[in-house]
Amino acid sequence: MKDRNHLSDVGFTHQVRIIDKGLVDIPMLQILQPDGTPHKDAELPELDKDAVVKIYRTMRFTRVLDERMVAAQRQGRISFYLASTGEEAASVASAAALEPQDMIMSQYREQGALAYRGYSTEAFMNQMFSNEKEPNKGRQMPIHYGAKELNFMTISSPLGTQIPQASGYAYGQKMAGESAVTICYFGEGAASEGDFHAGLNMAAVLHCPAIFFCRNNGYAISTPAEEQFAGDGIASRGLGYGIKTIRVDGNDAFAVYAATKQAREIALAENCPILIEAMSYRLAAHSTSDDPTGYRSKDEEARWQAKDPIVRLGNWLKAKGWLDEEQDNKDVEKMRQEVLEELKRVEKVPICRIDEIIEDVYDTPPWHLQEQLEALKQHISKYPDAYPKTSGRL
Amino acid sequence: MAKMNLLQAINNALILAMTENEKVMVFGEDVGHFGGVFRATSNLQEKFGRARCFNTPLTEQGIIGFANGLASQGSVPVAEIQFGDYIFPAFDQIVNETAKWRYRSGGQFSCGTLTIRTPYGGGIAGGHYHSQSPEAYFAHTPGLKIVMPRNPYQAKGLLLASIRDDNPVLFMEPKRLYRASVGEVPEEDYELPLGKADLVRQGNDISLLAWGAQIEVMEKAADMAEKDGISCEIIDLRSILPWDVDAVCQSVVKTGRLLISHEAPLTGGFASEVAATIQERCFLNLESPIARVCGLDTPYPLAHEKEYMPDHLKVYEAIKRTVNY
Repeated sequence: MKDRNHLSDVGFTHQVRIIDKGLVDIPMLQILQPDGTPHKDAELPELDKDAVVKIYRTMRFTRVLDERMVAAQRQGRISFYLASTGEEAASVASAAALEPQDMIMSQYREQGALAYRGYSTEAFMNQMFSNEKEPNKGRQMPIHYGAKELNFMTISSPLGTQIPQASGYAYGQKMAGESAVTICYFGEGAASEGDFHAGLNMAAVLHCPAIFFCRNNGYAISTPAEEQFAGDGIASRGLGYGIKTIRVDGNDAFAVYAATKQAREIALAENCPILIEAMSYRLAAHSTSDDPTGYRSKDEEARWQAKDPIVRLGNWLKAKGWLDEEQDNKDVEKMRQEVLEELKRVEKVPICRIDEIIEDVYDTPPWHLQEQLEALKQHISKYPDAYPKTSGRL
Repeated sequence: MAKMNLLQAINNALILAMTENEKVMVFGEDVGHFGGVFRATSNLQEKFGRARCFNTPLTEQGIIGFANGLASQGSVPVAEIQFGDYIFPAFDQIVNETAKWRYRSGGQFSCGTLTIRTPYGGGIAGGHYHSQSPEAYFAHTPGLKIVMPRNPYQAKGLLLASIRDDNPVLFMEPKRLYRASVGEVPEEDYELPLGKADLVRQGNDISLLAWGAQIEVMEKAADMAEKDGISCEIIDLRSILPWDVDAVCQSVVKTGRLLISHEAPLTGGFASEVAATIQERCFLNLESPIARVCGLDTPYPLAHEKEYMPDHLKVYEAIKRTVNY
């Protein structure tokens, strides 16, 4: 990329030549073929058995969690859920390439990254059941995780807002002299928000060590990618901002890992942002409030099921002799049991006391919040049956 | 003590804050070497380096998004939005992100260190987009503090308090007074409390409530009323959110009458909130309806600026109407 601004020398041309797409070809890094065999000329990332198995198991756990919680939502046990089926490699393998001190800012379909960081099954359940043990104190919808101790920034619903925030967070890490980067996940739909433009441009101009990780899964709810943008995906935009960019196969854990690993090294060494576009497919419905049969075909889904990232890495592990199919099935069964047991246990935990409703709006509640809480408590004590979740603990 | 105008007082506060704490960073459009279009950030880059005082690309949502991330990381950002009129592209970041950060994370993370500085207000032939007073939009947002100084002494003390306060503060500066308001300002460090009103003038017949540049207008109107034998008490609210209800009640209980004035349009303006609250709390003390003297419910006009503004004559007339009710 040439360093050009309007004051630098700009090359001349003497013919009218309007630049068309296709002049820049951004290929997709793929290390494992869909059947799990490595490409002959591809370099496998340096990962020992434990590391690959951890990535694989985290992907499996994420799938188990998603299946169980979608069912729990259907049963009316939780209000909402959002699965990441088909995209487990994108979140898990990228998180595996980071260090624990790196900040993760996610959109909402990256539970795999959180699971990789060690968020417990109980913690996942606490959040989804909005109970008093949940660090967000039950204030946000299910799947809006946050874990300070794991350097996982609390998720919010507004799309793309975390993108310029990640630039700022990374700038702060740099200023504090930390050997840490910020990774920022978002979907290809969110990349249409103004905050994408703002965040990438600021990160480039202000030299922020941030990794922008786009999950291009083909759909933003019902909107297919061809109604989202007309250019060469998201990756092509990185170059326009002066950002080093790579496109990877998002269903190939090794490609995702290798790209993220190198992106982290460059971001730290050169104090610059990197854009990674991971091509994948949202096998799940957008959320439990969505039914994809209205906007896409079974054939299309089947084509992508054949590219399942978990099967792909599993096949590689088996060929390597690092995974026993029978043991693997037992392990997954154990995960299912654990998730179900935690679910049953956690759904009985009460929600926070009513006093929490005014805490954390400010560092200390001002007069008007205190007054409103007092009035509310008096009201609840007058009609305790109408507010059964809090009236017993006023 | 030194004589300073409002801009110099702000610049002085920024220098003190940046000297005291290396985590304080100042950024926005043109705030770097140039020192800001109003010169509020003059010499900061020379003193503290480009890493701590820098220009950003021209993107308000980017500036506040960036500031949110920086604040949540533990730095102390002081972000500038060049005109309050251009804060709206950042409305989503401020309302949905800045203000809710601590609450939604259960106190795990916060943007408490963030201060957003922005010039506001009319009277400078600024037309639609260099004159607005958007405080009421933000007053509807739990989690924010909103502060509006009226003179250099307040600007310095309130800005230092805002930067150090562990809540995000929207600090709105009356640009009409940037150079017009000059006063004695202590050179040393001091703070003025957030959330507390300031009693500008004692009186017995009517309470006049305003903030920022509008206090000057209230004083002029009160002087006129004084000649008619009407004694006005003037209160500068200083903080819009949270606001000092006790100070206003105390005054209204004494005078029995209240007039609120702001440059922003009447409908949905912050005077509505104050009027409703005071009506609830001081119902038995009120001897006349609460008066609101505000901007018209129109976009801020250029040629009719003088007619639009809630000037001292409009306030004076409203004082007489209220007292003679």
